[in-house]
Amino acid sequence: MGPGYVPLYLGLILIFLGSFMAIRQTEPVGGANVILDRPEWKGWACIVAGLVAFIVLGQYAGLVPASFACVFISAMGDRRATLKGAAILSACITLFGVALFHFLLKVSIPLFWWQS
Amino acid sequence: MIATALLDLGHGFAVALQPDNLLYCFMGVLIGQIVGVLPGMGAMAAISLLLPLTFSMNPVASILMLSGIFYGSQYGGAICSILLNLPCHPPHAVTCLDGYPLTQQGKGGTALMITMIGSFIGASFGVTEMIFFSPVLTKMALQFGPADIFSIMLLGLLAGSTMAKGSPIKGIAMTCLGLLLGMVGLDIYTGAPRFAFGVTKLFDGVPIVALALGMFGIAEFLKNMNRLTTISTANVKVSFRDMRPTREDIKKSIFPWFRGTIVGSLCSLIPGTGPTIASYVAYAVEKKTSKTPERFGHGAIEGVAAPEAATHSSVQGDFIPTMSLGIPGDAVMALLLGALIIHGIQPGPLLIGEHPDIFWGLIASFWIGNIILVFLNVPLIGLWVRLLSVPYRYLYPSALFFICIGVYSVNSSFFEVGETLVIGVIGYGLLLLDFHPAPILLGFVLGPRVEENFRRAMIISDGSFKTFVDRPISAVFLALCALLIGLQIYFWRRRARKERPFSALPFDAVL
Repeated sequence: MGPGYVPLYLGLILIFLGSFMAIRQTEPVGGANVILDRPEWKGWACIVAGLVAFIVLGQYAGLVPASFACVFISAMGDRRATLKGAAILSACITLFGVALFHFLLKVSIPLFWWQS
Repeated sequence: MIATALLDLGHGFAVALQPDNLLYCFMGVLIGQIVGVLPGMGAMAAISLLLPLTFSMNPVASILMLSGIFYGSQYGGAICSILLNLPCHPPHAVTCLDGYPLTQQGKGGTALMITMIGSFIGASFGVTEMIFFSPVLTKMALQFGPADIFSIMLLGLLAGSTMAKGSPIKGIAMTCLGLLLGMVGLDIYTGAPRFAFGVTKLFDGVPIVALALGMFGIAEFLKNMNRLTTISTANVKVSFRDMRPTREDIKKSIFPWFRGTIVGSLCSLIPGTGPTIASYVAYAVEKKTSKTPERFGHGAIEGVAAPEAATHSSVQGDFIPTMSLGIPGDAVMALLLGALIIHGIQPGPLLIGEHPDIFWGLIASFWIGNIILVFLNVPLIGLWVRLLSVPYRYLYPSALFFICIGVYSVNSSFFEVGETLVIGVIGYGLLLLDFHPAPILLGFVLGPRVEENFRRAMIISDGSFKTFVDRPISAVFLALCALLIGLQIYFWRRRARKERPFSALPFDAVL
């Protein structure tokens, strides 16, 4: 009973289930969730980029740029988004976020890079 | 026994009525109500978002607040279904059938009031059931050995993955994936790193917040991106005065309320059948027993009363196995258990005895929370309706920011934010392939304990599998597991023969 015992059997079960699904294909391919005729590449990219921006800027530039960039970039993913609208939204969320997380809850990210 | 239960309950009220606990309970149900009405947001995302904030609170307050979000969101979901014919939340999808026709007839307010009374009756019954049932269950559970606990958990996992929405086989696959994810990190017995790929930051395992927010936050946003239309509530007008039901409406609803409540509580006893199934069964029962089944679908008040009562009764009933045995029935319960574990409280049969504050405080807070909800709902109905029209394009960027900072604040680690992103993208891929994320979370939370009990049982039995069959309790539960799998194969074969379109719920045919 080493550390690999249970994972090994779980892996075997998964292989079995996976090959079963592949061979039998009992269910219609794709359910209610598959809407691939209209891929939202821009929207998806914006969400991912927003999160990456938060991680990178949070580490090197501080909370304010990170929050602003995160909200702004991801907001631009919506088709009806405008630069002005996204900027206003990001500014509001940044203000609120700084008040709540920096001053009230004391999250350990400096506000700007020169403060660290 | 009843006397001790009542005494304990009194103690629970004393705990729940402490000003700070009351405040957190209020905040929980308020947030739950808000996310319940907001489009594209779910209770899962809200609970996991607030989870990091509760780390610094005391465990009682945090669990009161997190469960408040859960049952609070159930109230919000009904508004959406009845007034706008939008099944925003799965348990309330069936309410649309009769709720929306009632709105078209100008009786939407009445339907909402009937819903709220029904919810309250259902919830109260569920709580009562919990008070008397949990101590009995706990007493039984104290005699369980590791082998028995393993078998019960196996049954819980199997039921949770096969009875819920979607294909059973995909559900089991997702449970296995969740179990594997739960094993990332150092092995408890040998200290060997597993699935860490040499990354030291993975030695502590995947944080539950990252998993839940990736699966139920980011993956959902990727799915809903540009796909949710803003709801217009301009022509929905419900005021406080419209909500007064006539005497006839109430008379028609009394029996459906109670039938729904019973159905809901029965459903909550079977692990894996959550509020969604309860509401469908309640609707079907109501239609079957009605003398005028042709009215259903055209605005029958019974078709609103019964499913809503069933939903709430089963929501509260779901807490029974979670709190008394430590075995969650669905993803939300798994998350609440995860919250308890983070606070250093080991869920299981000892919980009621060792932490009476949490258990009885939680029960008392259910009542208080439900009363608060009725008062929040009735006078503020106009506000909730207006919240429905908040555009998604403002909502998801804000939510993403809260996800980022929420995950970061758990361990002050940007690496975990990255983990959330990766999990979210994978989770969306799984959603596209029609895999449901709920069993993953179930497997993730139960995983370490399943493995621990399995290995402990094997150590005691000197490596013999016979121990699982020799112990009567364990054997019974393993037999139930086999029965469950057998039934699924039977349904699958029957479906294959008839070549009907796929549906996992056998009673779909009733509707």
